[in-house]
Amino acid sequence: MTAPSTCFFGMQAEKGHGLSKQLVRGCEHMKQKEIFIAFFRSGILGFGGGPSAIPLVHKEVVDTFKFMDSDEFGDILALANALPGPINTKMAGYIGYRVGGFLGMLNALIATMVPTIILMIVLLTALNNLKDQPWVAGMTKAVVPVVAVMLATLTWDFIKKSTKSSLGWVWTFLFVAASLVLIEFVNIHPGIIIFIALVTALLKKDAAEKNEAKKERNPA
Amino acid sequence: MIYVQIFLAFFIPGILGYGGGPSSIPLIEHEVVDNYEWMTTNEFSEMLAMGNALPGPIATKMAGYIGYEQGGVLGSIIGVFATVAPSMILMLALLGLLMKYKESPRVKRMTNYIRPIIAVLLGVMTYDFLFSSYDGIGIWQTLFIGLLSFFLLEKLKVHPAFVIAGALVYGGIFLA
Repeated sequence: MTAPSTCFFGMQAEKGHGLSKQLVRGCEHMKQKEIFIAFFRSGILGFGGGPSAIPLVHKEVVDTFKFMDSDEFGDILALANALPGPINTKMAGYIGYRVGGFLGMLNALIATMVPTIILMIVLLTALNNLKDQPWVAGMTKAVVPVVAVMLATLTWDFIKKSTKSSLGWVWTFLFVAASLVLIEFVNIHPGIIIFIALVTALLKKDAAEKNEAKKERNPA
Repeated sequence: MIYVQIFLAFFIPGILGYGGGPSSIPLIEHEVVDNYEWMTTNEFSEMLAMGNALPGPIATKMAGYIGYEQGGVLGSIIGVFATVAPSMILMLALLGLLMKYKESPRVKRMTNYIRPIIAVLLGVMTYDFLFSSYDGIGIWQTLFIGLLSFFLLEKLKVHPAFVIAGALVYGGIFLA
């Protein structure tokens, strides 16, 4: 592990004395390579979707490459959770941006996503081309109940987490019943219901704020 | 215009899917199966199976594959871009603001509020998949494969990639 330390001195040199630009460029190159390795590894080893890869990303960026410390990583994770969209790519993009600028962001995103997207396209296209073979038809049929089971456990996971959150059993049940009726029987786009729920969450005052307001009104 | 449709099909799930990739799965299904009818429930479940068996983030894998199916390499790039870019841009643009409010109870409440809705969407998808399987291979095969994979996944904690590989082999031999 001598390379990163060369890189470190290279950066110092740039700041301090404006030394050898080549050294600095070498350092930039090194950094991009590290970004790529960090996100390629955590992407290709993270099975089961983005959230399961978070500990792997932590291991690479905090332990292996020391891009940041554990607290900063926690901050970024909280930040990513406050925004919509896939967690893992948000983390990759942001960390890549911080470490290596715009190029670093693209680099990290490509390293996380592209290898598995290519695998996916190759495998599924091959499967589709053989669709008329009876054994391939059998294979694809057998996989449906397995996916149903995985989704059922994921559903149960969401319900369980929901009852343990600030909503509790009663509100979870009401939310579930209401959105089931609205989505399945009234045929409202789920996006609209989610949007309303998000706006409500942002606008509703919470208990602590209410108490504060009461205190202000009756200062006795 | 297929590229605009691809963009919208993944932009909406990307911007509404709070809590990471898995919560955008049913939203993607709603767009590509119900809304644009690019694939059947069965094809979607095959893709999801493959997505679960392969490593990497799930939402981007689906966006990449569906985009490719509908619009070639450019479609694939647009699908992934629509999934990733909006939240990425928000994150970089609102950094200061977000750092201040990320611990705010209101922001945390957002994930809490949409969780039951996602649960409903996932539950409906589960039902669709079970029904489609019952339609294709009958109740006994569905029950047998379903219960066995539940036992393997949840009780014995076998890795999903192995369970899916096992189902593929079983189907190739016994359901051909």
